[in-house]
Amino acid sequence: MINTILSGDLPRSRILAFLLSAIVISLAFAPFLFPGTRSLDVAARVCVFVLLVASYDLLLGYTGIVSFAHTMFFGIGGYGVGIALARLEPGWGAIGLGTLAALAASLALSFVIGLFSLRVRAIFFAMITLAVASFFAILASQLSGFTGGEDGLSFKVPELLRSRTAAYYLVFAASAALFLVLLRVVNSPFGRVLLAIRENEFRAEALGYRTVTYRTLANCLGALVATLAGALYALWLRYTGPNTTLDFAIMIDILLMVVIGGMGTMYGAVIGATLFVVAQNYLQDAMKLVHEALKGAPAVPTLLPELFHPDRWLLWLGVLFVISVYYFPRGIVGQLSSPRPSNPRQRASGAR
Amino acid sequence: MNSTRFDFVPFLLLAGVALGALALIRTPSTWVTLTVAGLAMGLLIFIMASGLTLVFGLMDVMNFAHGLFIALGAYIAASVMKVMGGTLAGLVPAMLAAMLAAGVLGFAFERVIIKPVYGQHLKQILITTGGMIVAEQLIHVVWGPDLQPLPRPEALRGAFLIGDVALEKYRIAAVVVGLTLFAALAIVLNRTRVGLLIRAGVENSEMVEAMGYRVRRLFVAVFVAGSALAGLGGALWGMYQEAVTVAIGAQMMVLIFIVIIIGGLGSVTGCFVGALLVGLLANYVGYLAPKVALGSNILLMVLILLWRPQGLYPVGKS
Repeated sequence: MINTILSGDLPRSRILAFLLSAIVISLAFAPFLFPGTRSLDVAARVCVFVLLVASYDLLLGYTGIVSFAHTMFFGIGGYGVGIALARLEPGWGAIGLGTLAALAASLALSFVIGLFSLRVRAIFFAMITLAVASFFAILASQLSGFTGGEDGLSFKVPELLRSRTAAYYLVFAASAALFLVLLRVVNSPFGRVLLAIRENEFRAEALGYRTVTYRTLANCLGALVATLAGALYALWLRYTGPNTTLDFAIMIDILLMVVIGGMGTMYGAVIGATLFVVAQNYLQDAMKLVHEALKGAPAVPTLLPELFHPDRWLLWLGVLFVISVYYFPRGIVGQLSSPRPSNPRQRASGAR
Repeated sequence: MNSTRFDFVPFLLLAGVALGALALIRTPSTWVTLTVAGLAMGLLIFIMASGLTLVFGLMDVMNFAHGLFIALGAYIAASVMKVMGGTLAGLVPAMLAAMLAAGVLGFAFERVIIKPVYGQHLKQILITTGGMIVAEQLIHVVWGPDLQPLPRPEALRGAFLIGDVALEKYRIAAVVVGLTLFAALAIVLNRTRVGLLIRAGVENSEMVEAMGYRVRRLFVAVFVAGSALAGLGGALWGMYQEAVTVAIGAQMMVLIFIVIIIGGLGSVTGCFVGALLVGLLANYVGYLAPKVALGSNILLMVLILLWRPQGLYPVGKS
């Protein structure tokens, strides 16, 4: 049965299987295992970011395209729900309407961007998406009458979701279901074609697959899932604003999670997002201890304690990111599941 | 770059934009002020973008961390100006220090970050983005997270008044520096042996290699020069805004990308026209319809790509 649920893509390594089940079990029983607002918040963030990162991995890891506009779609989802709930009666109808409108907007936008720029090279797509996303972020903060500007929107949620536990389980269930859908997609014939395009575009085209169509579809699918993740995040926070969804820093976070977790494997998203969100919340505490210790210690160069200042946690993850791209292109999951690629073809794919 | 068949249409477009704006703005004095501001901004963007587009043309490398050199240049200039007491005498050392620091960092960056990932676009984008994250954090470590003031020297504040036309002194200075650099760059590229090799390398680097020249070495030189120019541009731009934050690099990157996409990836002439177009349009639209100003660059990019999908001056490679 597990094989069917996971679409036949089992985590081919005992350590990985153990880690994944530990994460899933902790998330499933988070409200009981880790009582307290902060830890429940961390758990919900992990759920949302696993989904978001998985949808980004569909683009980066499976299709081989780098988009810097993923936060834009994340934001569209958040603003769709936020605006609907802030303007209409706070009920399930408003949530549905907002989500649908956001999905339609994301679909149209990702389709246009894809058609416009996926024909040419990866670099071009990356540059265009960066420009469009930054424009969108400015737009959202400028149209303050509609989006709440820099302050964002706070809104009321339906009665049921006011209980934190219920809201958490909505986020958890929806994220898990969508994650399994993504797992299904990448293990379908469609997903194989995406992999083929990533490995060798010309050959895929020569075999009769229209690469532009497949890439555009993957781009749209990734955008739609990101939109849903944004909607879930907004429902959890009961707030939407530029800093929680559209900020370029979040785009960087997503990149870090995908690469550290492992590109081209959906489980990488789970590991990467969990590690990152936990680090984001708890690494700073650890660094604070080191910072204080170094500051007190004599005979330490003045800049050294600053390297461990709690606000510099991203520095260390950035270093990890660079090392990952060079030495572990398939990330933590790639290392765990196949330390030595036996098949030369796999080796080639790892080197890319 | 064949001078007999030089494509003047983009330059006509530039003139058309300026004249069209004159027709819409109606008051000539305002128009002159805006045009000078637009030229100053465009030339500064050109200084920062030219290295990036050449690097791409030569080695097919897109450095997403180019903004880093801009930020570093601005920070270094702010520190030097602080030491020198913010006088005009400090200006030249500040600019030189910014260029030197950005150039050295560019050299290190090329060796450590970019060299291992030639020819792998996906990794290039990832690794340069990663390098940017780390370096931004290091800038925070050295200078702290707060905004650094970068005041203009006394002599460059205020404005000249000619009739009823107000011309900000700093903008005039920026235009002069920008035009000088453009002229220098044009001479180096068009009149020297190195320039010839660079242009040939952009057209067809394999052929240049086959002739026995080391494109790799040329590339490193262009990368370092481009980084130094970005540092200078960052210093000038920081002074334009009179304050420096680490976000300055990321902000400019978006404009720079738009400029080099408009110009055609790898084309210096295209980069020049694109930068002036973006600079002028930003100022005109900012005056005529401030609400639309933010979208004007994206709209410009879309329109130009619809007209010429490879940019204004397409470079031979596919």
